[in-house]
Amino acid sequence: MRSLLTGMLSITMLLAGCATTGEKQFSRLDLIKQRNSLICGVSGKIPGFSFLNSDGTYQGIDVDICKAFAAAFLGDPDKVQYRPLTAAERFTAIRTGEIDLLSRNTTLNLSRDASGGNSLTFAPVVFHDGQGLMVKKNSAIKTLSDLSKESICVGSGTTTEQNINDAFESISVSYTPIKYQDLNQVVAGYLQGRCMAMTSDRSQLAAARSGFRKPQDHVILPDVLSKEPLAPASLGGDHRLSDAMRWVIYSLISAEEQGITKENINEKLIQAKNNPQLKQLRRFLGVEGNLGEKLGLEDKFVVNVIQATGNYGQIYNRHLGPNSDVPIPRGLNELHTNGGVQISPPFN
Amino acid sequence: MKMRKGLWIQVLVLALVFSLILVLVNNISTNLIRSGLGFDFGWLNRTAGFALAEHVLPYSSSDNYAWALLIGWLNSLKVIFASLIMATLIGFFVGILSAGRNTLLRFLASLYVTFIRQIPLLLQLLFWYFVGFLSIQGNLIGPFKGILNISNQGIVILGINLSAEFSALLIGLSVYSGAYISEIVRGGIQSVSRGQWEAFRSLGLAENIGLIKVIMPQALPAILPGLTSQYLNLAKNSTLAIAVGYSDIYAISDTIITQTGRAIEGFILLLISFFFLNIIISNCMELLNNRLLSYQKH
Repeated sequence: MRSLLTGMLSITMLLAGCATTGEKQFSRLDLIKQRNSLICGVSGKIPGFSFLNSDGTYQGIDVDICKAFAAAFLGDPDKVQYRPLTAAERFTAIRTGEIDLLSRNTTLNLSRDASGGNSLTFAPVVFHDGQGLMVKKNSAIKTLSDLSKESICVGSGTTTEQNINDAFESISVSYTPIKYQDLNQVVAGYLQGRCMAMTSDRSQLAAARSGFRKPQDHVILPDVLSKEPLAPASLGGDHRLSDAMRWVIYSLISAEEQGITKENINEKLIQAKNNPQLKQLRRFLGVEGNLGEKLGLEDKFVVNVIQATGNYGQIYNRHLGPNSDVPIPRGLNELHTNGGVQISPPFN
Repeated sequence: MKMRKGLWIQVLVLALVFSLILVLVNNISTNLIRSGLGFDFGWLNRTAGFALAEHVLPYSSSDNYAWALLIGWLNSLKVIFASLIMATLIGFFVGILSAGRNTLLRFLASLYVTFIRQIPLLLQLLFWYFVGFLSIQGNLIGPFKGILNISNQGIVILGINLSAEFSALLIGLSVYSGAYISEIVRGGIQSVSRGQWEAFRSLGLAENIGLIKVIMPQALPAILPGLTSQYLNLAKNSTLAIAVGYSDIYAISDTIITQTGRAIEGFILLLISFFFLNIIISNCMELLNNRLLSYQKH
């Protein structure tokens, strides 16, 4: 009996010792490789971003970003375990190590990035969004001030909650926030008439509206209340993981800049191998130099990524393009050469 | 010899528990320091920056987090005490019916209890909110025009405005806890010996008077302990408020934790506030219990 108890004690000590991980050099990237799978936190409830299909697979731009990470880290885009998280759960999940990284339409802001705040590190922005309001077309509400003293359905635990407050406070108009924990409940509350308007990122409003029975009866007001740059994130202080994530996102954007697609990547690779003078392409695809190694990845990680998901524009068009279920104009998300803000630093 | 062995096991178990706690605390503090966060409650004094639909005391978004938490605690208290009273009324009413002699009423009472106890509380709350309130088209006025007004914005009774969120939570919690309380009341009444019923009947007392004057005083000591634990359950179940959009302390802490990133401190405050809430409830019930016992001894 006594030996059993001491045995249990020493095992708990051992386990707890493992959990604290005293070593300085440890990176989550090693753990991902050791486990040979990536645990990705997603929403699972936003069409176009991450949505659970009826066949049990996830789909959307956030999901493709997870696949790109898995292709770069592990060489296989399917080695991803998805964890659906609510807005409130996501930061705790990343802090406790339940997930490796977050690809869940999360707004980058100072408090979340700073080590005195949520202490995350963000990868480059994958979708530039802005907060908006949706109302029923027949409600005669045209601007923010028409919503004076009305109820507005809001998701709690998001930046939305603060932005809507700032927006109404700045024009000295009072309103009643009805807060739900889940976007589906925000939609239900709005559709059932508890609130005159619902507020969220404009992309989410468009995504939600695409699922309504009569989408044409609802309008998104022209007011844009905030900048919402959505970006993947990992736990702060883990430079190797966050560096790798950063350059995977840049590789998607850079591939689009160079016209490298899922379809022509193999051609480009042969071209690079046969033409020593194409220095830039050779470095990008890992034929020459050791850019991948510097990140702790394979030198051909870019090839793996593009083969798996295509470039940034292809991912966008697949889920949010004009022929998708949730068409959202590219706007700021165009390349800098087409009037947007997406640009990649050089792969040197 | 035997006692010494028992003592050893106790010491070992105690050591195990203490070392587990130590490891846990050590784990948390090293991880907090590692991610650049020591324990810190300074954020309580910072501006909250979010609005609240319901507040008992004046509140604006420029008040600080500590005040927002207090408002949340008061919101919790409000819904807990209102449902406590309603659940008790429902529980005693149904409990007395199911211990009574009317077969139809007894059947209806057991139908209610069986039905309510088989369904998770969360589903019931969502039902009361989304189906019960939000699906109401226009106003349900009926014969009570001006006194009672029910719409998908909530209930207005004698000029008092109850939001749809508060009302759904109040009804959901009361109906749910009422079912459990009624079983406790029925058990208490049935624990009184049959002779007592026959005794007051032979004295010529009416059924309801006999129930109140003779049976209930003897049933209460058996009812109170169970009632206390149901009250405590009700208080804890009130945290499901977040599902129906009511700003209770848990919902507000949830927002605060995501805004400040202070999950551990936030949960500690949450634990303390519930601890105090339940201490208040259980002490009140103990007081009642002692009163009752001393009253019966005389």
